[in-house]
Amino acid sequence: MSPTPPRLQITAATTDPALLDLPWHVPLEQWPSEVLAALPRGISRHIVRFARLSGGVVAIKEIGETVAYREYELLRQLRKLEIPGVEPLGVVTGRHAPDGEPLEACLLTRHLSFSLPYRALFSQSLQPDTATRLIDALAVLLVRLHLVGFYWGDVSLSNTLFRRDAETFAAYLVDAETGDLHDKLSPGQRSYDLEVARVNIIGELMDLQAGAFLSEDVDAVEIGDAIVVRYQELWRALTERESFSYGDRWRVQQRIDRLNDLGFDVGELDITTDIDGTTVRIQPKVVDAGHHSRRLMRLTGLDVQENQARRLLNDLDEYRAATDRQMEDESFVAHDWLTDVFEPAVRKVPREFRKKLEPAQVYHELLDHRWFLSQQQNRDVPMKEVVKSYVKTVLPTRPDEQAVLGVSAEDLRETETGSMPRVHPDEVDGDMLIG
Amino acid sequence: MATVTYDHATRLYPGSERPAVDALNLHIEDGEFLVLVGPSGCGKSTSLRMLAGLEDVNAGRILIGDRDVTDVQPKDRDIAMVFQNYALYPHMTVADNMGFALKIAGTPKAEIRTRVEEAAKILDLTQYLDRKPKALSGGQRQRVAMGRAIVRQPQVFLMDEPLSNLDAKLRVQTRTQIASLQRRLGVTTVYVTHDQTEALTMGDRIAVLKDGLLQQVGTPRDMYDTPANVFVAGFIGSPAMNIGTFPVQGDAADLGQAHVVLPREAVSAISSEDKGQITVGFRPEALDVVPQGTADAIPVVVNIVEELGSDAFVYGSLGRGVAGEVRSGAGDSQVIVRVDPRQVPGKGETIHVRIRPGEQHLFHAGSGERISA
Repeated sequence: MSPTPPRLQITAATTDPALLDLPWHVPLEQWPSEVLAALPRGISRHIVRFARLSGGVVAIKEIGETVAYREYELLRQLRKLEIPGVEPLGVVTGRHAPDGEPLEACLLTRHLSFSLPYRALFSQSLQPDTATRLIDALAVLLVRLHLVGFYWGDVSLSNTLFRRDAETFAAYLVDAETGDLHDKLSPGQRSYDLEVARVNIIGELMDLQAGAFLSEDVDAVEIGDAIVVRYQELWRALTERESFSYGDRWRVQQRIDRLNDLGFDVGELDITTDIDGTTVRIQPKVVDAGHHSRRLMRLTGLDVQENQARRLLNDLDEYRAATDRQMEDESFVAHDWLTDVFEPAVRKVPREFRKKLEPAQVYHELLDHRWFLSQQQNRDVPMKEVVKSYVKTVLPTRPDEQAVLGVSAEDLRETETGSMPRVHPDEVDGDMLIG
Repeated sequence: MATVTYDHATRLYPGSERPAVDALNLHIEDGEFLVLVGPSGCGKSTSLRMLAGLEDVNAGRILIGDRDVTDVQPKDRDIAMVFQNYALYPHMTVADNMGFALKIAGTPKAEIRTRVEEAAKILDLTQYLDRKPKALSGGQRQRVAMGRAIVRQPQVFLMDEPLSNLDAKLRVQTRTQIASLQRRLGVTTVYVTHDQTEALTMGDRIAVLKDGLLQQVGTPRDMYDTPANVFVAGFIGSPAMNIGTFPVQGDAADLGQAHVVLPREAVSAISSEDKGQITVGFRPEALDVVPQGTADAIPVVVNIVEELGSDAFVYGSLGRGVAGEVRSGAGDSQVIVRVDPRQVPGKGETIHVRIRPGEQHLFHAGSGERISA
């Protein structure tokens, strides 16, 4: 019953001594601007800040102690299950103000570099189907979460970060506060999560419309409904039981190919035949996302996203054909492609432009640019020329996306070039935290 | 509005031998505020999620009104989970924040406005309807979130530890608001918490669960005055009840140098399973400090005094010569005594306390069940 002395405790997977230098005795809301990287501008229930730490950026969320530990553990478990999400760094408890007043615990996560909040994406003058591509990415994430037994409880665009993935996006889970990990989800849990997702997405889009950041012509309800359709299609493709007659055994391979096309590997396939052996039933039991990115990783050691990998693998196939090496071991060819084609191209990007896009995304855009130049000049433009033209004409107009932190729709509307302004740390005022 | 009935509802997780919720029978009246409370892993959240449709029911059934919803999809159950996600949209007005779910459902504009205005009136938000959430205080924002659920006019509100993310001050404030709001709305509400104070202050009735089994259901007064077993006795009340098991000698529980006189009915109720022992419970506030030498007085050595202004509590251990073990919320071998805050004993002193007549709780030493005497 004796009063506990003020004692700061940091629970972290990797202890970075620089953590101790942050002003834990000050409420997060009042942290001095010199430690902050930027201010978040999204919809959040809690106070969240981004701070610089040992050359990187960390997100710090002020939250109750039990909830903080719980979310930290959940995020760790999700990482073990290879779910794309933010990396938990640690929990800080036992915070006290100099006058002894206890302060709330903090959950620390590493900022995901090159990730983009949905508000930033909607406000850029991107292609008109951005919304659809974000929804597709979120549907894939939700299916992957449900496959491992994770019930999210608060699926929304705000609780997700997006990274460019070739011409699409990859979604990352940011907030696991309301989540729960089960052995297996019931249909009720999945359908409730999906309904929450639908309603939240529509609400978030309506909010953008209310703020005039998204055209009134966009049908928010239709986009929200799309996640239900996309989710259900993918869920069925991945889990549905299928029967056919014994003579149609080729359909086993067809199913595996279809799953590979969707970006999934089949880890375990349940095959049963009935007693007289005329009917075969198959059902995927274990599916793992990342079919293409795993294959590229094995061949080249490059760690990139699924659709970027798909694009790079296609280029590798073309290289193989062009150099007439189809009979050779694929991994030897892949090694040569990496050193002769991929690396020289991305290395041509001047240092000052490297914060704009990830190398794999740059390469994806180079391939697009090559197609564009070749069409224009009616010849096969060599990569060397493509890179030169891309660095000169395309890249300088692109925003820096390595650390887009405090960008809100408001900031973006004021600039017409479509460039991504960085939020100045001094701009403490327009901060918007609700709830 | 509707009643809620759990009829032998059971949830057994695959691979587990003991059900998470074991044949729960519970009837919740129309408009009632029922709190499910218990330690972690007791099955309270699972029970709520079964009602929400988020957990399968393996045996038994669940009814909302007369309708069996055991196999109905969550979104078709006409229930609202409150506070699960209460982030407000910054660019929408308060009215739009409250009404957008109706807009999605295709409700006519005029009806949305009527329902939003009605909810705003109950929530004292009428004059803020056309403002943005940014202009509201923390408490008002909470009420807007509540309004979102109210405008849907569900049959039942479900709340799963809605206050756990709030800081202590806002928690107490919001607790009162939710309880009074629920009474004004009269919507049947099932509320889950691990905090017995929250349960006592908010619920019309409380259901205490442990290990998936319903221990007792009743009004806060019932739970406090006549706990059905040792578990409920120790769980409800703050600071917790002192509980000890002692041999019965004649018509009294024998504490060595001290003893507690037992009613004759209690002595005759003792069964062979109790092995001649009885469990005695007494709340910190049911003890009087008496002069040394008073009959039936129990000596307590003061370890720590906690002064709270209006109250003071002694955390002590049984004095020398007293046999048997007493445990309380403060831990094993700890006795808690409420004392006059103006006459606080010093650390290390021995005080003598006596259980006020009729304020002791008696339980079977074997089964832990209450002995009604």
